[in-house]
Amino acid sequence: MSPDYEIVIGLEVHAELKTQTKIFCSCSTAFGAEPNTQTCPICAGFPGALPVLNRQVVDLAIRAGLALHCEIPAMCKFDRKNYFYPDLPHGYQVSQFDFPVCKQGYLDIDIEGQKKRVGVTRAHMEEDAGKLVHQGDITTTPFSLVDLNRSGVALLEIVSEPDMRSAQEARAYLEKLRSMLLFAGVSDCKMQEGSLRCDANVSVRPFGQQEFGTRCEIKNLNSFRALERAIEYEAKRHMEALEDGTELFQETRTWDEEKQMTRSMRSKEEAHDYRYFPEPDLPPLFISREWVDEVRAALPEMPEQAQQRLMEVYGLPEYDAALLTLTPETLDFFDRCVQEYPDAKTIANWMMGEFSRLLNQTNQEIGDSHLTPDHLVQMLRLVDDGTISGKIAKTVLEDMFNSGQSPQEIIKAKGLVQISDADTLLPLIEDIVGANPKVVEDYKSGKGKAMGFFVGQIMKATKGQANPALVNELLKKVLDSIQ
Amino acid sequence: MELYELTVHELQELLAGGITSSAEIVKSVLARIDAVEDQVKSFITVTREQALDKARQVDAQGSYQGLAGIPMGLKDNICTRGVKTTCASRMLADFIPPYESTVSRRLDQQGSVLVGKLNMDEFAMGSSTENSAFFATRNPWDLTKVPGGSSGGSAAAVAAGQIPFSLGSDTGGSIRQPAAYCGVVGMKPTYGRVSRWGVVAYASSLDQVGVLSKDVRDNAMIMQIIAGHDPLDSNCVDLAVPDYVAGLDGSVRGMRIAYPREYFGVGVNESVRDLVMQALKKYQELGAIVEEASLPHSEYALPAYYLLGPAEASANLACFDGVRFGCRDNTAENVVDMFSGTRDHGFGDEVKRRIMLGTFALSSGYYDAYYLNALKVRRLIANDFTKVFNDYDIIIAPTTPTTAFGLGEQRGDLLTIYMNDVLTVPVNMAGLPGISIPCGFTGGLPVGMQIIGKAFDEATVYKAAYAFEQNTDFHTIKPQLGVR
Repeated sequence: MSPDYEIVIGLEVHAELKTQTKIFCSCSTAFGAEPNTQTCPICAGFPGALPVLNRQVVDLAIRAGLALHCEIPAMCKFDRKNYFYPDLPHGYQVSQFDFPVCKQGYLDIDIEGQKKRVGVTRAHMEEDAGKLVHQGDITTTPFSLVDLNRSGVALLEIVSEPDMRSAQEARAYLEKLRSMLLFAGVSDCKMQEGSLRCDANVSVRPFGQQEFGTRCEIKNLNSFRALERAIEYEAKRHMEALEDGTELFQETRTWDEEKQMTRSMRSKEEAHDYRYFPEPDLPPLFISREWVDEVRAALPEMPEQAQQRLMEVYGLPEYDAALLTLTPETLDFFDRCVQEYPDAKTIANWMMGEFSRLLNQTNQEIGDSHLTPDHLVQMLRLVDDGTISGKIAKTVLEDMFNSGQSPQEIIKAKGLVQISDADTLLPLIEDIVGANPKVVEDYKSGKGKAMGFFVGQIMKATKGQANPALVNELLKKVLDSIQ
Repeated sequence: MELYELTVHELQELLAGGITSSAEIVKSVLARIDAVEDQVKSFITVTREQALDKARQVDAQGSYQGLAGIPMGLKDNICTRGVKTTCASRMLADFIPPYESTVSRRLDQQGSVLVGKLNMDEFAMGSSTENSAFFATRNPWDLTKVPGGSSGGSAAAVAAGQIPFSLGSDTGGSIRQPAAYCGVVGMKPTYGRVSRWGVVAYASSLDQVGVLSKDVRDNAMIMQIIAGHDPLDSNCVDLAVPDYVAGLDGSVRGMRIAYPREYFGVGVNESVRDLVMQALKKYQELGAIVEEASLPHSEYALPAYYLLGPAEASANLACFDGVRFGCRDNTAENVVDMFSGTRDHGFGDEVKRRIMLGTFALSSGYYDAYYLNALKVRRLIANDFTKVFNDYDIIIAPTTPTTAFGLGEQRGDLLTIYMNDVLTVPVNMAGLPGISIPCGFTGGLPVGMQIIGKAFDEATVYKAAYAFEQNTDFHTIKPQLGVR
């Protein structure tokens, strides 16, 4: 990237709100049902059907707004956004145009240890469209089928200020936003399932210039990686154009994951005139201060607060506290463990170390794995009371992770109990020492490695189950007794 | 007297007295339909077998509560589960809704018997019922005249004795204007008084369902049933519905009546004006205080209506895209052509005209000049009414500037045909209740008088209308149709 130019990025994020039923009807929002089984005259856009606002959608929108430090105006309203598309049953989308439910908030992101504040312009409620099912590609399919299960599912569109200056910042914002929405419990935020979607507005200008450059909107960003790559690609394209003096056009572009490039979808001239106007079927929505206070009172702990708590109550380092508050599930896991087991740092070490490694390796979220807080605590106690060694504990953890069995079950089934019995270990040690007179000589002549050799042999013979402290103690005794 | 000639309350008495049965009433009505439908052409669908079945069921119950056994007709934009609901459009020529409107459900639960679905201007857009995609309905008083519209079938059927009462919908006068032209009683209630669930929308912020009947008492009784809160319509107000029939005491003594000078001016036919002035004298005789008042922004109502109505319609009618229901252009090669082919074939000229008007009014760059200004005008009109209602209980005016015009006479002459609604549109813009009742005849055609009330004060409107009716006999005069 050229040092002479500044990239300006704003994000529009659609989060599916976690409601049982759709925004304007009582159809289920469950993901993955048979096509068109979760529809009714309202969400299928039949004539004479009318929308009725789902109160829970407003609850969640307010909650998200509070989590994003937004103002919740006393009045908001719904509008119709008009365009024709086969997956849009009414021929318009019910959204909020000039009076959104949330406005003027912010998010603090962390960029290489520096805190940066990104403005949240607004967040508004709207309905999702259905989806089209093609045979292969949309351009070559002989026909398309329409599935309206998703039509009318509640979305919150969160629009940021153009405050981000790099792909890395954009990613950090999206990650932070996701974390906030997860903690607030307003959305599942699963990018693969489409419950979190992101469009990026990108422009480039010479450093010091006040006006923004020509802006392009990039759609189809289905992962954090895609977001970063697309912004980088687009910024480079803009810089090259600025360098070459070729003209840039305001347009909507789509990210081609396969070719790792953006390409034009429609120009400004081809842009829809959405002809927004107030939705006459829904009265304006008045949100009392009592309602907002009620939602505020029920707002779950947010990541910043949780991080603070972990540092203050448990004395964890900032780094640990940050990692343990990345998702509500991670924090919940930690909190459950720490209730039963007092050594917070040990829990943190296991969660950030072995557990985290296994999750990454298997590409799982903490909620997907079989490991329970209860089992982890039991395992830690078994280490503490000497039943198993720390080394064996790693094996036990992996087994718990994969099978969901308790540590006791695993230890019993695999015979992993630590051998802390001197009467069992002593003859074994004597045998090994007796069979290696050369190494004994080394030991006597002060070679440090000799001790390690014997410990290794003993561990091998006991399949790692020997109590290391006891082995050291007994081994020393045996060696020292040899004249 | 034949059964089909009677009012709902007369039929109720006969049923209660064991003098007749629902089956006999329904048969009488069906026979009347058979006899005069060729001339009037008010029905798109007659649900003959279904009606007879329900009548027999009601009769089998042995007692008649509420509307039990009373036949009804519904404007064909009111969805009836399992019964074709066409909106008089090719688009929905074969559309059978899988759901029931709230108004028809309430009447059905009261035991009323659906006899058929009534003709209308396509998607309720028009003032003559000539915009029906299927056929024009004729005025029972003169078969060369229009019955008015858009609820022309609903008005003509009641006037012709084909049905004792019907429901219509009124966006800019579509109940009151045909009621005036056909000499029946037609009430448009306050916006939000009656549920719109299951009523195919034309302009959502203006549409209201109302009753067309032979007299005021029937109208009040039916309104009592369909009015009231419905959680399925977010704009339907949760407000107690007073007992309208109990309020019909025949008295207007001390009632303060305003007649707005703007509604008696240029363009209003002289005999129409005279008949309404005579009616006002009658009210004075009955002890009411009658004074002139002003609604100064009235002249802007019609142009503003023709922006707001079409703007909402342009979105409301976007769901007719051929994807999920209704007709579809199967010859199209791609989806955009399918959309436009379907809409080109499915919609008639007036519907297309209003969709284009509304789309234009909402377009980027024109929104402020058209849509937003129209909204402001709407507020000014509402304020006019509020001011007058500070001093008066009701407002009385002609329902229409003229009597029914000839079939084909105004076709293509849009401004003239739009002027039919000039006296009814302001009431929709202000969301107020308005009734049209017969107040005389000129040239053998009925003249309607409009009584406008305060928001949610249908009771006073009914009370005033009933007092007039009790002291005149216009409502008892019936059109003479040659019977086959």
